[in-house]
Order: sequence, then structure tokens, then C-alpha cells
Amino acid sequence: MRVLLHVWRQAGPGATGRLVDYEAADISPDMSFLEMLDVVNDRLTVKGEEPIAFDHDCREGICGSCGMMINGAAHGPMKLTTACQLHMRSFKDGDEIWIEPWRAKAFPVIKDLVVDRGAFDRIIQAGGFVSAPTGSAQDGNAIPIPKQNADQAMDAAACIGCGACVAACPNASASLFTAAKITHLGQLPQGQPERMKRALAMVHQMDLETFGGCTLFGECQEACPKGISIDTIAQMHRDYMLATAIRREESAIGGTG
Amino acid sequence: MTTKLEPKIPAGPLAEKWDKHRFEMKLVNPANKRKYSVIVVGSGLAGASAAASLSELGYRVSCFCFQDSPRRAHSIAAQGGINAAKNYQNDGDSIWRLFYDTVKGGDFRARESNVYRLAQVSVNIIDQCVAQGVPFAREYGGLLANRSFGGAQVSRTFYARGQTGQQLLLGAYQALEKEIARGGVTMHSRHEMLELVVVDGKARGIITRDLVTGAVEAHVADAVVLGTGGYGNAFYLSTNAKGCNVTATYRAYKKGAAFANPCFTQIHPTCIPVAGEHQSKLTLMSESLRNDGRVWVPKKPEDRGRKPDEIPEQDRDYYLERKYPSFGNLSPRDIASRAAKEVCDEGRGVGPGGRGVYLDFADAIKRLGESTIRERYGNLFEMYERITDENPYKQPMRIYPAVHYTMGGLWVDYNLMSTIPGLHVIGEANFSDHGANRLGASALMQGLADGYFVLPSTIGDYLATSKPDKLDASHPAFSAAIDDVNARTAKLLAIKGKRSADSIHKELGHILWEKCGMARNAKGLREALAAIPKLREEFWSNVAIPGSGAELNQSLEKAGRLADFLEFAELMCTDALHREESCGGHFREEHQTPDGEALRDDENFAYVAAWEYAGEGKAPVLNKEPLEFENVHLSTRSYK
Ligand SMILES: Cc1cc2nc3c(=O)[nH]c(=O)nc-3n(C[C@H](O)[C@H](O)[C@H](O)COP(=O)(O)OP(=O)(O)OC[C@H]3O[C@@H](n4cnc5c(N)ncnc54)[C@H](O)[C@@H]3O)c2cc1C
Ligand code: FES
Repeated sequence: MRVLLHVWRQAGPGATGRLVDYEAADISPDMSFLEMLDVVNDRLTVKGEEPIAFDHDCREGICGSCGMMINGAAHGPMKLTTACQLHMRSFKDGDEIWIEPWRAKAFPVIKDLVVDRGAFDRIIQAGGFVSAPTGSAQDGNAIPIPKQNADQAMDAAACIGCGACVAACPNASASLFTAAKITHLGQLPQGQPERMKRALAMVHQMDLETFGGCTLFGECQEACPKGISIDTIAQMHRDYMLATAIRREESAIGGTG
Repeated sequence: MTTKLEPKIPAGPLAEKWDKHRFEMKLVNPANKRKYSVIVVGSGLAGASAAASLSELGYRVSCFCFQDSPRRAHSIAAQGGINAAKNYQNDGDSIWRLFYDTVKGGDFRARESNVYRLAQVSVNIIDQCVAQGVPFAREYGGLLANRSFGGAQVSRTFYARGQTGQQLLLGAYQALEKEIARGGVTMHSRHEMLELVVVDGKARGIITRDLVTGAVEAHVADAVVLGTGGYGNAFYLSTNAKGCNVTATYRAYKKGAAFANPCFTQIHPTCIPVAGEHQSKLTLMSESLRNDGRVWVPKKPEDRGRKPDEIPEQDRDYYLERKYPSFGNLSPRDIASRAAKEVCDEGRGVGPGGRGVYLDFADAIKRLGESTIRERYGNLFEMYERITDENPYKQPMRIYPAVHYTMGGLWVDYNLMSTIPGLHVIGEANFSDHGANRLGASALMQGLADGYFVLPSTIGDYLATSKPDKLDASHPAFSAAIDDVNARTAKLLAIKGKRSADSIHKELGHILWEKCGMARNAKGLREALAAIPKLREEFWSNVAIPGSGAELNQSLEKAGRLADFLEFAELMCTDALHREESCGGHFREEHQTPDGEALRDDENFAYVAAWEYAGEGKAPVLNKEPLEFENVHLSTRSYK
């Protein structure tokens, strides 16, 4: 098959970008979307032109490296599928395809389709962990965890940090990403001691990173390749409110001493 | 010149070695730890767990990865699970049994003392991960669940759906981010190590390229740790992530670190078969599927074209169950892979090109119901369907072996230190624990054992004993290494040839797969050894790398990694040619039993082959570490 691509090309962080047309001929429907780009890139390279830069690594939908807007949808038209797992059989011969990077102030473009998602790491740094220094753990079966909680924690922990939620959100909010981690750890007994502190710090960091606020459009949930539910955002709000209330109480008590 | 390999195995009974050694090692006093700096290259399970643990102890750590975030290291892709000798199932497991299974599974080419320690600390790993909030699968009673994996008759594998590596890595990554926030670790993402710096015989730093700006920088430390993963991508097509490479370990090799058993590569039996020339990587279908899936091909070659459900039971050959009745579909990987190749060579393979066998879940679905199967493997089934457009709930999967893991790696002693003092190597990057064949769910265990528990103890002993001098990047060794890196980059960019790095890499992969893959022979290996230098020449005269070195340049990154693979491939073939025996993943056609099983030669080859770089254009020097089996009786591996 043959498709016509309109690809965002941008030489560097400060440079102005533009859409450039490429024809991708002799494409097999069994190719993944990224393999189709490989073919285009190989042809560009041989001509001495710079290939299209895009992040990718595992090509199995788990590392979260790949990510691009394909015809206006984060990761393209197929639900629950990352760009690397999307196959050309999702397109028809002769289709035009628009390919652009994630668009968000907090994810500046580095080159072409490559963006800087460092903000996600900083949100995790703010509190997306359990403080359990190596060596300090008790037996793994010492605290039984109801299967349901373990399963719900796993559902939220499945997030791959790709940034599709941000790219899909009209406000460029990172709420789904942040809420997924808060929910994962909040479902488990090990996550309880730091639960309130975590919610406050992570939400605060999210705001600092210039992500927009959540107005419950739900686009994030639609775009998420791992099916993370927007219910996690409700959980995040509950933890955050409770944490704010507790903090007020604590500072009132703290004020006397 | 030959290096004397000193494995530094502590004396005393096997079960007491690690405890005794921990007591005998020198400690760095808590207040002094701050004075020492450690570079950790890699943020996979090994690197992230080591960096976080070292920082918790008080060392100043710098950590490096080439991805945009440490969370994306290739470990994230591990699916099936992690072993530990917890014996929660009361099915007869023990530290001794895990040790025994691993030594036997590795076809008696691993060091007993290391493997025993691995089995010992395996239990602590699970505890540590649970404490971090890793959402392992649980039973209704709230306790941890287990599944079985190949090469074992007990159920000791812990898992988090089909995403165990992801969850373990996120645990380690979160610990790492916690330490970054605290100021104990400085993280350098999108940085690639291109050179190791050795000063006065000790590893004292690395040279990196900032993949965004192209800046080439020197980093100095008191010790260097490589957790840079395996080199399976030498084959181009493998189940590894696209960025996996040999550069860090190969650069260290060229600076004097011995490379052990480079020919020991693991071909995994259950991967989605190649679909066409465009294929950029192969996708693993976790070995855990073999718990419930039955492997078969038609008995008669003429049935190949028939739909699987039209082939009656009596015309199917469940060849693993037939040949290995006691392990059946759970035979170790090397054996299952070779068996698949054999039936396909006989013309009974299915799917395009006849390179595939069925992995059938029909019986399991009948027995357990579709929902149970969905719960166990749902994400794998979805992945399979997305790639092949076939529904594995309705028709059997088609699978074929693919390159998956590399048992070889930099040689390390019991302290995980290479032949260069101060250079430590952890995770898949070292050679230590899996011998000639790794058992499933043991790589995650080893990476975390090294990073959480072993290295943090042993590196202290090195620092306390060697007391490295003060040093900064103005030392001439650093400027010389920076010059080397810049010169290599300039040379690559100046070629301005006509072929992409990928196209040359595919050719290299083809040579290795055909001549140094599932089965090898002297003639083929000699042919490979003749073809590789020619291909290298083609690369250095005809590779096309558009763009410059002062920007994000993915063509340059690929070409740099390929340049190292093109040299390293020769070392692999040299090692494979010299090892005149079959063991584990290394199957030399000349050495097999009458019924086609691997024929080991313990008298002549019960050693680790540690190759030493001898200079440009010179044959590498072979050093041998004899392997002694005092606790597991050397025997022919049988899974029948
Ligand atoms: C698809 C798949 C499934 C698997 N499933 C299982 C399983 O179920 N159970 C199991 O036990 N094992 C499994 N394995 C094996 C296991 O995942 C790996 O062996 C293990 O994760 C390797 O961990 P590591 O920390 O050593 O290296 P990696 O996770 O590969 O990390 C390497 C790190 O080094 C960095 N790096 C590499 N080179 C450089 C450089 N030059 N400069 C800077 N940084 C560099 C990378 O950025 C990365 O951070 C699987 C492997 C694959 C491919
Ligand atoms: S490349 Fe890893 S998720 Fe797409």
C-alpha cells in the first residue's frame, strides 16, 4: 500500500517547525506504524536527508518511549494501542496521515516528534514512591493484601508514562498520570504511611510543571493505551482534599509547640 | 600478556560463603561514604536498584541511561516473572533447589558460589519489592501467588500479570527518583557512555555524549558500575528493545576488561515469527504461556497448510511432551528452541515460510475457562492479536524461537568486579550466574540481587581497601578519552556513504543468526569470521549518517552502536569456534548425542572463557577460569 504523510519537522528546541510531506510507497499492512516510519527514514537516509526523529525503544507497547499524534489522536486511531503496536492494516491504501509531536507546554519539543517528558520524572520525585530503603523489608507475605486491592493497584500501576493523556487533554493536564501513581500506591498497605504527603506533593509538583488543570473532559482515558481509568482522578482528588484538611489540623496543633 | 583471573571465591562451605564474606569485607564508615562517588551506567533493574541502594547508604551517585527517563530501560519489557526460593507453595522448594536448578539449567557452566548466593538473596528481593509497593499477583486470601516456569518442577515464580519487569522496574525507578529528589543521585538521562576511563590501572570515570546537544563530557568517580544490559541486538532481530547495545561493555573490553563466554546467547522458544523483510524487532510471548499452552506441529509435512482445528488429535505431534515427558512443555529454553528448529527443518513447521510451531490453548480454555486464561495472559493475547491479526482464544498461536538474552558478558569475580579494578558489572551485562543457558524468571532475580544486595556490600570493600586518590577531569586520561570519542564521531560523519546503518545491521544479524545462532558448526563459524570483517569494511566506507554531531542525531547513535557490534560479532564467533562442545544455548552440531542432544565435554571445557583485548588487528587472548563443581554433581542434563 501507499500512504501520504504530513510530518512535523522541527530542527531543534527553539526552531520553528512545519509539516513536510512524504510519500510512503510499498508499505505492507503487516508493518507496525514505526516500521513504516523506518522505511521512510531509510529512504531519506540514503538520499542524505535527515530522517524523522522519534522516540521508541521496546516496540512492544510497554516502555512508553513512543508517542505521537496520528491524525489528531494520541497514538493514532486504535484504542488501547501505542504507536509502536499500531499496524498499517489500520489504514487504507492512499490514506493521508498527519503525524505531530505531543503538544503541551510542559513537554517542549526537542526535535521533530521527540519531546522532553522530564516533568513526569519530577512528579514521581515529589512523592511517587514508598520510602522502603533496601534491606528494611519484612517478609513479603507478612501483610496479606486483598486480591481486589492488589488488582486495582495493578490496574493503575500499568501506566507507561508515555504522555498520551497530556497530549489528548484540551488543558494539557497531567492528572491521569499523577492520579494513576497515587491510586496504585494508595491501594496498598505499604503506601499508607506517606499517602497524604504524597498526594499533596505530587499535585503541587504537577502544578509547578505548567500542566493545565483537570476539568474532567475524559479525553485522557480515551487516549490512554493502557486503559487507566479516570476514576483514579477522583481518588487523587479525595486524597488531596483529605490531606489538605489534615495538614490544616496539624499546623493548628503544631502552632502551639 | 594474560590476565590472571582471580574469582575470589570465599573459602568455607557453600552455604556459609556469603555470610562469612560479608563479615570479612572492609566497611566504609557511614560518615565517610559521602566522600566516595560512584558512577552507575544503566537504569534497568540492575542499575536502578544499585544506584538507589548506594545512595541510601550515603555514597554520591551519578546514574546514566540513554532513554529519556530511567523508567524506560529495557527491563520494563520483561513479562513473565521473577524466581525466589520462598517455598510459599510448600512444594519442596528451597535455596538449595533453586541453586541446583540454576546450575543444572545453565548446563554446568556457571560458578557455584555465585549461584548459591543468588538463590540466598532471592527471598529478600521479593520482600523488598513488596515493601516498595510492587503489585504482585495475589490469591484470594491476600497472599502472594506463584506460577511455574521452564526448567523447574516447583512453582516459585512471582509475577505481576504479564508485566512483571515493568512493575519491578517501576519499584526500583521510584526508589531511584526518591534518591534523586533527596540529592543522593544525579541522573543523566539521554546520555550515552562512549568510553571508559582508566587511570593508574583503575576505572575512574566515563565519557558520555549528551544525546540532545551532542556535548561530549567527562565524569569522574571513585568506582564505575556497568548495568548496561545484554548484547542480543548484535543479531539485529531480537526480543530486546531497539536501543540495547554492546557499546558500554565492549568499550570496557577494549580498555582491559575480560569478556566472558560471548557465544552464550539464549534463543527463546516462544516468540512471534518473523513476518517480513520490514521486521524491526521480534516480540516475545512469555514463557509463562507454556504453563497452559501445548506446543505442537502436524505429524505429516503435507498437513502444514491445513487449518489447525481441522487437524485431528492423532495427526498432531506434541513433540515436547513426547520427547521430554517429565518436563514436557516446560522444558528449558535451549531445549525447546532446538526442538522447534528440528521439527521445522523436517518440513513440519507452520505459517509463512514454514518457520513456526503452534502454541495451543484450546485444552486450557476447556479446562479453566476463557476468563481464567484472560486473567493470566490477557495482555499477551492482546499483543499477539495486535501484531498478527489472529485471535489466540480461537486459534493456536504461532511461535518461533528468537534471540532473547545473553548469558555472556564482562567477566566478574565474586565481588562483581571485572578484571579492571574499580569497574563493577551487574545484571545482564556480566556473565556470572546463568552459565550456558538462563532459566526463565532468573534474569530479573539476578539483576535485582546484584543491584540491591550484592554490589552495595562488595563495592564498599573495594573503596575501603583501594582508597582511590583525588582526581578530576583535568587528568590527561580524560582529555585523551574525549579526543578519542570526538575523533570516532568525526570519522563516522565523514563517511557520507550510501547505506543506512540499519541495512548493514540487518546483514550482520543475518550472518550471526545463520552461523552463530541456534546451531553452529566450525565451517559456518569460519565463514562468519571471514564475512564480518568485510561487512565492517563496507560499514566504514559506505554508511550514511545525515546531520551533525552537535544535535539529536539518531542515525549517529545507531551507527556508533553498530560499529561496536561489528567488532564484537567477531569475538562471539571466535568464542563459539573455540568451544568444541555443546552446552546450553551453544549447540555445536559436531558435538551431539545420537538422539541429537547437546554433548558437553567437561574434561576439556569446564571453564569460563574470558577473552582479553590484545590490540587492533590482533587475535584476542583466551584466559580460562576453571569451574569446580563441589556441590552439584556434574551430570548429563536430562529433562526426559
Ligand atoms: C521481552 C523480554 C522479556 C523478558 N522477560 C523476563 C522475565 O519474565 N523474567 C526474567 O527474569 N527475565 C526476563 N527477561 C530478561 C530481563 O528482562 C533482562 O535480562 C533484564 O531486565 C536486564 O536488566 P539490566 O538491568 O541488566 O539491563 P537493562 O534493563 O537492559 O538496562 C540497561 C540500561 O543501561 C543503559 N545503557 C545501555 N548502554 C548504555 C550506554 N552505552 N550508555 C548509557 N546507558 C546505557 C540503558 O539506558 C538502560 O538503562 C526478558 C527480556 C526480554 C527481552
Ligand atoms: S516503543 Fe515502547 S511503548 Fe512504544
